[in-house]
This record gives sequence, C-alpha cells and structure tokens, in this order.
Amino acid sequence: MIIPHPLLGPRDAAEFVYLGDASLLQRPDWQAADADRQFHDYLYLRDNPAGVHRELWFHEQGDRSWLVVTRDTLSHAILKVELAREVARAQREATA
Amino acid sequence: MSASMKPSSTQPNRISAGLVDRTQTLQFSFNGNTFSGHAGDTLASALLANGVKLVGRSFKYHRPRGIFTAGSEEPNALLQLHEGARLEPNTRATVVELFDGLQARSQNHRGSLKHDLLAVNDWLSPFLTAGFYYKTFMWPKAFWEKLYEPVIRAAAGLGRLSLQEDPDHYDKGFLHCELLIIGTGPAGLTAALTAARAGVRVIVADEDFRMGGRLNAEQLSVDGMAGRDWVQQTLAELATLEHVRLLPRTTVIGAFDHGIHGALERCTDHMPDSGGKPRQILWRIYSQRALLCAGATERSIAFPNNDRPGVMLAGAVRTYAHRFGVAAGQRVAVFTNNDDGWRTAQDLSALGVEVTALIDSRTSSNQAVPNGVKVLHDTRVVDTQGRHGLTAIKLSNGQTIPADCLAVSGGWNPNVHLSCHQRGRPQWREEIAAFVPGGELPVGMRVIGAAGGTLSLGAILREAQQVTLEVLQELGYDGVMAAAPQADDESAAVTAFWQVRDGKGRAWLDLQNDVTVKDVKLAHQEGFRSVEHLKRYTTLGMATDQGKTANVAALAVLADCAGKSIAETGTTIFRPPYTPVPIAAFAGRARGKAFRPLRKTPGHQWAAEQGAVFVEAGLWLRAQWFPKPGETHWRDTVNREVLQTRAAVGVCDVTTLGKIDIQGRDAGVFLDRVYANTFSTLAVGKVRYGLMLREDGMAWDDGTTARLGEQHYLMTTTTANAVAVFRHLEFCRQCLWPELEVSLMSVTEQYAQYAIAGPQARQLLEKIVDPGFDLSNEAFPFMACAELTICGGVMARLFRISFSGELAYELAVAARYGDALIRVLMQAGEAFGVVPYGTEALGVMRIEKGHSAGNELNGQTTARDLGMGRMVSGKKEGIGQVLAQREALNREDGLRLMGFRPLDRSQMLRAGAHFVTQGAAVTTANDQGWMTSVTWSPVLGHAIGLGFIQRGQERVGETVRAVDPLHHSEIEVEIVSPHFVDPQGERLRG
Repeated sequence: MIIPHPLLGPRDAAEFVYLGDASLLQRPDWQAADADRQFHDYLYLRDNPAGVHRELWFHEQGDRSWLVVTRDTLSHAILKVELAREVARAQREATA
Repeated sequence: MSASMKPSSTQPNRISAGLVDRTQTLQFSFNGNTFSGHAGDTLASALLANGVKLVGRSFKYHRPRGIFTAGSEEPNALLQLHEGARLEPNTRATVVELFDGLQARSQNHRGSLKHDLLAVNDWLSPFLTAGFYYKTFMWPKAFWEKLYEPVIRAAAGLGRLSLQEDPDHYDKGFLHCELLIIGTGPAGLTAALTAARAGVRVIVADEDFRMGGRLNAEQLSVDGMAGRDWVQQTLAELATLEHVRLLPRTTVIGAFDHGIHGALERCTDHMPDSGGKPRQILWRIYSQRALLCAGATERSIAFPNNDRPGVMLAGAVRTYAHRFGVAAGQRVAVFTNNDDGWRTAQDLSALGVEVTALIDSRTSSNQAVPNGVKVLHDTRVVDTQGRHGLTAIKLSNGQTIPADCLAVSGGWNPNVHLSCHQRGRPQWREEIAAFVPGGELPVGMRVIGAAGGTLSLGAILREAQQVTLEVLQELGYDGVMAAAPQADDESAAVTAFWQVRDGKGRAWLDLQNDVTVKDVKLAHQEGFRSVEHLKRYTTLGMATDQGKTANVAALAVLADCAGKSIAETGTTIFRPPYTPVPIAAFAGRARGKAFRPLRKTPGHQWAAEQGAVFVEAGLWLRAQWFPKPGETHWRDTVNREVLQTRAAVGVCDVTTLGKIDIQGRDAGVFLDRVYANTFSTLAVGKVRYGLMLREDGMAWDDGTTARLGEQHYLMTTTTANAVAVFRHLEFCRQCLWPELEVSLMSVTEQYAQYAIAGPQARQLLEKIVDPGFDLSNEAFPFMACAELTICGGVMARLFRISFSGELAYELAVAARYGDALIRVLMQAGEAFGVVPYGTEALGVMRIEKGHSAGNELNGQTTARDLGMGRMVSGKKEGIGQVLAQREALNREDGLRLMGFRPLDRSQMLRAGAHFVTQGAAVTTANDQGWMTSVTWSPVLGHAIGLGFIQRGQERVGETVRAVDPLHHSEIEVEIVSPHFVDPQGERLRG
C-alpha cells in the first residue's frame, strides 16, 4: 500500500507500523466515576468493519508522525490521511 | 529407436531457422546424453528438434509424459537442471533458455525414465482416484505417520532439492513508472509505442526472453510486414528512448495495492555462469497505471488417453514451427473445436509437414481446407496409441489415423490472473467460451488484447491504441493520434466442446496433478460441489502450473455434473504469484548473517580483542562473558567475574539500554503520566527508578530516568523494549496529550555507556574524572547524576545507579569515545584488579540482588506482584493507572516476587518450575506460581532463584516444591526474601 503522508507525500506502507482503531485517541477521563468500565471499553472493545475504518499508523522509518488513516478495509483504498496530533487537538477543542 | 541414441549433431525435426540463430550451435545434455540446439532455442524446442518426446513421468500414475505447451503454462515437461548445489527441480523446459553446457534430467521416476518402476501406479489407478488417501489409509491410524505418508511422499511428487546452500546471489529492487505494460505481444507493443512516443515513463515487462509474444509464433503480418519484423522495428524504436525500460525475462507475478506490482527478473539463468551478478531480481514496481497485455493460454479437450507424449496444444505446435523452426512431429493430426486450430493444420501443411487429419468437433467451418489434408467434421478423437509416444489416434467414426503428434485446441483462455489479484472475479463470455476480467480490477489497471478477450489481431491493435490514448489522457499527456498499426482479423470462431463422451478410458483434465474427468465426477458425486472444494479434494489446478491449461475445462465438467452453467459455477480465486518464484528471490540478500541488521556497541572491538563470547540481545551483540586461559567451563568465568566485581571492581558495557532524551516545559508531567510513579518531583541532578505499565495495568518496562535540568530528563529503557517504548511515548505525546510541550529523541546510539561496579568503583573513577568534580559519597550520593568532563575535557554523564547491588556508577560518553573509554577504564582499574564482566555475570548479580528483568516483567505480572505496588500513584493521571486497580489484580492471595533456595544446597534449580505445597497433588488447581529466574550464586555457594508465589510475602521460611513435569524434576525449596545479597542496600549507598 502507499500512504499519502500529509507532510511527506506518498510513502510505502512498509515504512509504517500499524497500531489499530483510531478510537484509541479518545482516552477516557481517569477521574470519571465509572473510569474502570470506560477504560475497559476503550482498551478491549473495537469495531472491525468490512469497509471504511479510521486507524493509527506510525511513520517509524520516517518522521515519527502518528497518522490517522481512513482506509477501506475491503479495497484498501485510502480516503483520508491526517496528523494524529491535529485530530487529537480538534477532538479536545470539540469536547472542551 | 530411442531418441537418446541419436547422434548429437543431427536435429531431425529442425525444418527451418525460425527465429533461432543456426550459426550458434549449443551443446546440452538430457539424462546424460548430449544433444545440440541453437541460440534462441528453449530446452523444450531443442529436445523436440532432436526428436525427444518422452521427458517425464506424471505426478501420481507415473505415466509417460511429453512437452505439452510452448510457454510458462507447461504442466508436463518439468525437468531438473544443473548439478550439485545449483541443482534446480521443477523447471519448465518450455521457458528454459538454452545455453552451452546446460545439464537437464527428468524427474519423478524410479529407475530409468523409460522403465519407471513406479509405473505400476498406473495399473493401480482404480484405487488412486480423487481423495484416495483420505479413504484408503484410514486404518490403522498409527500407520499414517510411520508408513503411509513416507511411502506416498516418496512415490508422488516432483523433483528433489539439492539440500545444499544456494551458491547464487539474489537481489531486490524498486522501480517507478507512470505506465507499466505487462506482456509484449501485439497489444503490449502497440501500447508501449503509443505511450513512449507521447513521452510517458514506461516499463515494459515480458516473461519471455524474446519480446513479441504471438507475433514471433505466427505467420501474421502487421502494417504490411511480417509480424516478427514489425516486432523488431518496434523494439528498436523503444530501445532508443530513455524514458522506456524494457524488461525481458521478467514475469510480473502479482498486482498488489495502489499500483504496486511484483516482478521477477531472471538475469543470468540463461548463462552458464552468473559471473558474480545477481541471478534473479525481485522488483517492486510502483506504477500509476498498468496495462495487462498478458495474452491468452490455449486449453485442451478431454478425451481418453489424451496425455501421451506427442499430444500437444495446437498453438504450441505452431509456435515450435514458426519461432523455433521445429516440427513437433513427422505426421501431425489436429483436433479442434475452433478456427484457430485450423491454422495449425494450414501453417504446418504450408511448411511441408505432413498433416494426417484435421478433426473438428463442429459440424462446419468456413475456413479454407489446407492442401491435401483430410478434414473430418463432427468427429472426435476417442483414444490414442503408443507406449512412450503417440503412434496413432482412434476417431469416433471408427477410423485409426497414424500420427506421432496430435495438436489439440479447445479454445483460448484469456490470462486474467493479474486482473483478479485484488477483488476481480472473472466473468464468463459465451461467444468466446472463456472467462474475461471482471469485477473490480486492481487500481489503475486496464486489460487489453487477448487477456481481455479480444482474440483477433486487427482488433487487438486498434483496441491497444485506443485504450492507451485514454490512459495517456488520464496521466495528463496528449497522445499522438497516429494511425494504429494495421492487421487483418483472423477468425477465432469457437463452439465450446470440453469432453469426448464416446470413448472409454481415462480422460485427463489436469496433466500435472493427474486429475481426470472421472475424478471431477467422483468429487461432485461425493458432495464437493464448490469449485474451491473440488480443487482441494482432487488437487486440480495446484502445483507449479496452477492449472493454467486445466481449470476451465474441469469447471465445465463440474458444471455439467451439477446441471449448472459455467458462469454459475465460477472459478477458484487467483492469487499471486502468476508463476513460481524461488524462495531465494523473496529472501534476496537477507540470508544468513544478513537476515537482519546486526548492531555492535562502540566497545565491541575491545571486547572481541579480549576474547569475549558474544550473545544476541535483540539486534545487538553483547559480551556474554570474558573467558581466561585455564577456564574450562563458562561458569568458572562467570563466577570469577562476579566475585571479582563484588570484591574489587568490574566494568560492563551497558550501551544497549534504550536512551530517550526528553525535554520541554511539560517534560515532568509527561513522565508522571507514562510512568507508574512520579517524576515531576525529582530534583535536578537526581535519578529515579521508573516502572512503566501498559494501559491494562500490567508491568511492561523499567529503567532509570535522570533529571539533567529543569526541563530536561534522560530516560533509559530495557534493551529489548527500546523501540517499542519510544513508539509508545510518541503515541502518548502526539495522540493522547498533544497539549503538553515536550519533545522526544532516541539517543540510544549517540552514547556509549559503561557500568562501573564494586567497592573500588569510586577509586577507579577518581583516576579519570577531571579535577574539580567531587565524587565523595556526600557530594555525589546514591542516585545522583551529573554532567562532567573526564580524561582532560571529554564531556560525559555520570549516574550513580546500581543493578548489581554494589557501589556502582554508569558513565556515558559520546559514542565516538566509547572505544577509548573502555580502554581508559581498564587501564585506570588495573591497580584495583578491575575485571570486565558480561551479561551473564550481570544476570547473576541482579538475581542475587533481587532485581527484576525480562523474566519477571513478562507481561503477566503487575507492580504489586513485583512488590512495587506502592509505587503506582493513585493521585495522578497515568498509563495503566485505572486498570491496575482492577479487583482481580489486587487479590489478597495474589502473586508476589520472592527468592527461593533449595533445601538441599547441592541441588540446581530450574526456571519454569511451578510451585506446589508439600503433599498436594501436582495439578493446575494446586499451582501457586512459578520460578522465573535461577542461577548459581558464587557469593552464597548454592543455587538461588526468583519467582512468583501466592501471598509470598507472608510465607517466608515455608518449604514448597518446585515441580517441573516436563523435565521430571521436583525440588524442595524454601521461600526467602528476593534480596540474597546486601538486603539493606548498604553497599550501594556506601
């Protein structure tokens, strides 16, 4: 696969390390009353869609950016690539 | 007369020059007999030129087999090439380029090829039908592994491996292009010319050593000249263009994601000697667009005994005649269901080869009857004769026709393979009675020519130009609208005809795997009705040819059994590679020591000079111990290193520990969150032990982190987890807490670091630390750190930390000083009796001290289990902090890291043993924990161990059994403190 890196352009997927579902960006509040349940769901429950999936890739052989890649798991078409840092910041602003 | 007895100089079946170079005669051997051929021959064409018909034995029945095709689809002519370490089994004679001195042998026979002892299998064929081993060898069960399987494996199968290391080199490479053209027949060359003239960066690949595809194998003309001349003219023009790369002898083996293709180039297979160059290169080709011009493969017709040497595909017979100037037989009969088969009769007749009959399963054809050839319509071949080669055929009208070659054409199957490597599923097209590409093609791929089902030359050329112009437009080029090359449209009319029903005897579908019509029927009868099940049950379409000549006819037979259409029956899934790829090509240069990178510390050379024994630690090589003359066992060496370090001073290379430089306003907060314990409160100039958890609350990694400045920390990780921890920290920084101002840098390789441990460590350091730096215990106490200079101005970092439990320091310098520093340390320590120690002594000392390492931090244990429960701060946000509080991880009877020593002090301990109380049965229910690390302590003079045991902290003094059922060992051990040496820590604070 070729991942279009937002800063570096098209890069071979072999340069990256895959982590998984981008929902890992939404780490629960550790002080919530039901933090244990929320962390359980955060850590262990994942969707595994046949289709569009947002996932985390790390450019380990490159600039060490964590990326959020929106990919169709059936066709491997890559629909969108964002810097995870920017996605995480936007999420914070949205919930703040 | 045996073919192999013919004198080598004659080539009785060579009828013209074709495209071979008759001025270059090449000698080669087959089964020890010498033959001659010419440059431009394949091994198959040269064997046929010499009249060699019998070239191998079939997989299961050991039937005599001959050359069947003229291309990579060959199911029969699998030969073993070369001798010794270069021996290569299962090469297809039809694609092996002849060279002087080539040695080839037939395979899969016991005794000689002509008198194969295993031919008895053919007589046993009623018992060897589809799935026979599932049925026949069921009882007694124990016989399977010991008797049946070895016998079957020895009898069946193809060639054998040399079992020696491959002496050749293989390589991998990367290529980029705008347009990849796969195949150089009329479609591929037209596309290449159109694109190249527009200035597109093109790669043109063909599996053949001679580009041109079927134009080399036919009497067809293009633009008023012979097709083969048009090919030469086109290639000559392409060769002059810098933006065009021609890759002959290169098979595109797979179409992968996003326009990436795999290709195998056979660089030196056609030479007697590779001359040190890579033999093959596995290319990864990045293309924006790809044109699949892979042509079509002819298929056979199933009729009784259609597998005899001499029965060949009709197009192959034409290829041998036109391209190689070889008559596949002296008297050739043709059996066809289509007009293309007629051309074999017409062309051979025109070349003066006797054509004894043209048999057409159809009731009529509008093709011209070749001169003097007997044409039989609505007729079928119902049997063949000839033990080691065809002599005659029997027809459905009762006639017997003499023939030493029968050219069969059952129609043409487009080579759809690469179009199906993603999500494509081929579609049935009735008018050509064949599957064509369908469904979703790989990104950027278009299919043209015969591969797409366009079977006549004129139409192929027009389509190739039209589609290429469309692709150029997509790529942003203006195509030159020159006229497409012109050619006539020859007829390819076909009426599907798959199997002859009016005959007796086995009719082969898959020659390579000995699958007959009867096997397919039996599989269907037994319930294997999906094509995928049919394939697995009968082995149809497996092995080196993947059923290229077999599958579609077999599907037709299956469809017929089921009363379904072929379209409904469908195909099996096509997967890469298109043709076999040697494992060595996938390995490339990553073999032996080059399999993965090897990392050496800056002190490696010095350690090697001392005769160190090295051990792999991840990618690193670390000194394991430093043997001295007279030491006969490694334990002697390790004991000496430990005792000398504990008595005086020892030095150990600890460069391999991961080092991460952490800076920024929020560095302290960041560390608080990634470690279980707190670091923001650490004073500048101090070091703290840190325990890192996974988010699920389990212990993951540990190390020390030093605070070098207000906003500057230096973390160390274990050697094994250095990469993973860094990746995790970047995840935390970018994905979890992007608001923190902190930056990370891996500096593992930037520093060389040595541990200096033992009561004389301070005195040793005093000799190299520059004046003005106070090393006294008051000024530089346990867990202090500082930046300083040594040896007259060399910048260094000093940490007073101890893994051994001794008074100890770790000293880091820039990596380039690493070699000099170890030499300086050893020199400075000479007066104190300094000893270098390796990882083994390091391990002994840490077990004596009760420090955890990888065996304890194995992913199944918590901070609490490790006796560090109080370190997990509940007052701050941190990775793993929430889930570490789960009830089950905090049970009263939870595990605890303890020390163990054998009651009988002479006994050794075993890591991995499980703890069971006295008198309890050895069952999982009674399992109370396990031994993680053991060693023989030279200080204590007996074996010691660390391990986890339930409620261990309350059980000091209790005796339990350490049971290891795998090794039939059971040892009584006493539970003790894990700190065997200096439990109060007086030495390291001294």
